[in-house]
Amino acid sequence: MTAEPIAVRVPLYRLAHSRSGDKGDISNLSLIAWDPDCYAVLASQVTDARVAQWFGYRHPTRVTRYLIPTLHAMNFVLEGVLDGGVNDALNLDTHGKSLSFHLLDLPVEVPPELARRLPDVPGDAVAATR
Amino acid sequence: MAASPLFIGCATGFSGDRTDGAQAVVDSLAARGGGTLIFETLAERTLALAQLARNADVDAGFEPLLAELVGPVLASCLRHDIRIVGNFGAANPPAAARRIADLAREQGLPIPRIAVVHGDALADPGQHALLRERLGSRLDDMDVVSANAYLGAAEIAEALRAGAQIVVTGRVADPSLTVGPALAHYGWTLDDWPRLGRATMAGHMLECGTQVTGGYFCVPGLKDVPDVHAAGYPIAEIDADGGFVIGKADGTGGVVDSRTVKEQLLYEVHDPAHYLTPDVVADISRAFVQPIGPDRIAVRDIDGHARPGELKVNVCYRGGWLAEAEISYAGVQAEARARLADDIVRRRLGGALKVRTDLIGVVSILGDDAGAMLGNRPPGHARDVRLRLAAEDADARVAERLLREVTALYTCGPAGGGGVRTSLRPRLNMVSCTIPRDAVRSGWTMMETMP
Repeated sequence: MTAEPIAVRVPLYRLAHSRSGDKGDISNLSLIAWDPDCYAVLASQVTDARVAQWFGYRHPTRVTRYLIPTLHAMNFVLEGVLDGGVNDALNLDTHGKSLSFHLLDLPVEVPPELARRLPDVPGDAVAATR
Repeated sequence: MAASPLFIGCATGFSGDRTDGAQAVVDSLAARGGGTLIFETLAERTLALAQLARNADVDAGFEPLLAELVGPVLASCLRHDIRIVGNFGAANPPAAARRIADLAREQGLPIPRIAVVHGDALADPGQHALLRERLGSRLDDMDVVSANAYLGAAEIAEALRAGAQIVVTGRVADPSLTVGPALAHYGWTLDDWPRLGRATMAGHMLECGTQVTGGYFCVPGLKDVPDVHAAGYPIAEIDADGGFVIGKADGTGGVVDSRTVKEQLLYEVHDPAHYLTPDVVADISRAFVQPIGPDRIAVRDIDGHARPGELKVNVCYRGGWLAEAEISYAGVQAEARARLADDIVRRRLGGALKVRTDLIGVVSILGDDAGAMLGNRPPGHARDVRLRLAAEDADARVAERLLREVTALYTCGPAGGGGVRTSLRPRLNMVSCTIPRDAVRSGWTMMETMP
């Protein structure tokens, strides 16, 4: 019998939901925890630096995190990530609507007892592999 | 001062939204004793497209689906004293007002009192000089299509208080469509920042239609929504302090819960303590949500601060041509053939165009223009992929070279390429700045007195 690990790696989508918005070449990504326990994990682990790194291939010029504890939520503002914005970009998703779901793949570490009660998507490829 | 709560429903979240949402909203407002119906139909670029339509036809330039949106509910709104406020005037609010009057005539209704808000379009030489001061000499090189300031709620409120049953605007800040009726209903002063801040966020919750009632929210297994195919449009109940409860039209699908409300509350917000509109700087940094019944969520502790000194302006200009072309590959080595096709097109173009590559089925959404994500991924064995190439150029004939090279892959490219689709479209680009309020001469006119 092996001891239970002290932390389990899970994707953010098990702790929170998110929606993207766009203004010009700036994307904002809300990150809203299911509950206060999940919010505590986000507040300590999902930092602006970590998000900037996660979106590195989009070359953000600046990433700012705003905390709204009363909503158990945070808001990330990523500047320069929309390839010029809705009128200038060559990509398909010029608004960056899908970026919120890239954020939700970011892995975080949670205690096993929290992981057990989080919703999951059986069969999702991302799971805990990153 | 009116004491009864104000109900405001929203029946469209953008130009292109469903047009069948209004009836249930109007029926619900009627059941609550009246209220205001708003239509938000102006995304950033919509106005420039409308201006191009107006350039081609002096009677065009307003929301193309106006009759479809307003026609079916006009009689009920007039009968139940439900005011209508919409930015569906786009680049030609007077023409939209005339169209609504025609709709009333066609239906044998009395002609409603229709007010038109004007002044958002910045066209005179003095305004142009100001824009050049703010944007610099790059403005001289732009083939400008439209320049519009974001107006606030004051003109809408004045028109409603003067008895307008319908208010047609061009560019106003989206939340101002809600703040205007609230100002008119409660008689707040224009510097009552906390109340304006709250009403502004009520408008923010409404302005995207079903985005707060379960639309754009569903993730099967994580966030399910009942009857999302028939999601109802939202209705806000605003109190005398600007505080509000978000609900939705009776007997519709969708859901209003803490999660849908929070997602919309933060939508397109940057600093939550400083949400800028022409009316106020709204502050949701301490806000919280409170479920108070089925599909009813109160949003509390929103604040407001003094409005920004200047008005935001969007300048849209012609931006060259966007060429897009796609071709599909299936079966053995499909991904390898699609990557080879990309290489062939790039070699043929020889740097004449900066081309973006997406490989639908491998990487097509999250990559960047430089293709780093796709390039860094080792070639795989995807068996059902669609190559999508995009480029732009000021000269349509240069941009078109991309389309010709992709089309030629039919006979000259890797084996088995099929389903070529190409498109060449003019682009509209946009820059933003701010200008002093006194440079914008905003106002409103009741239709009887319009020339």
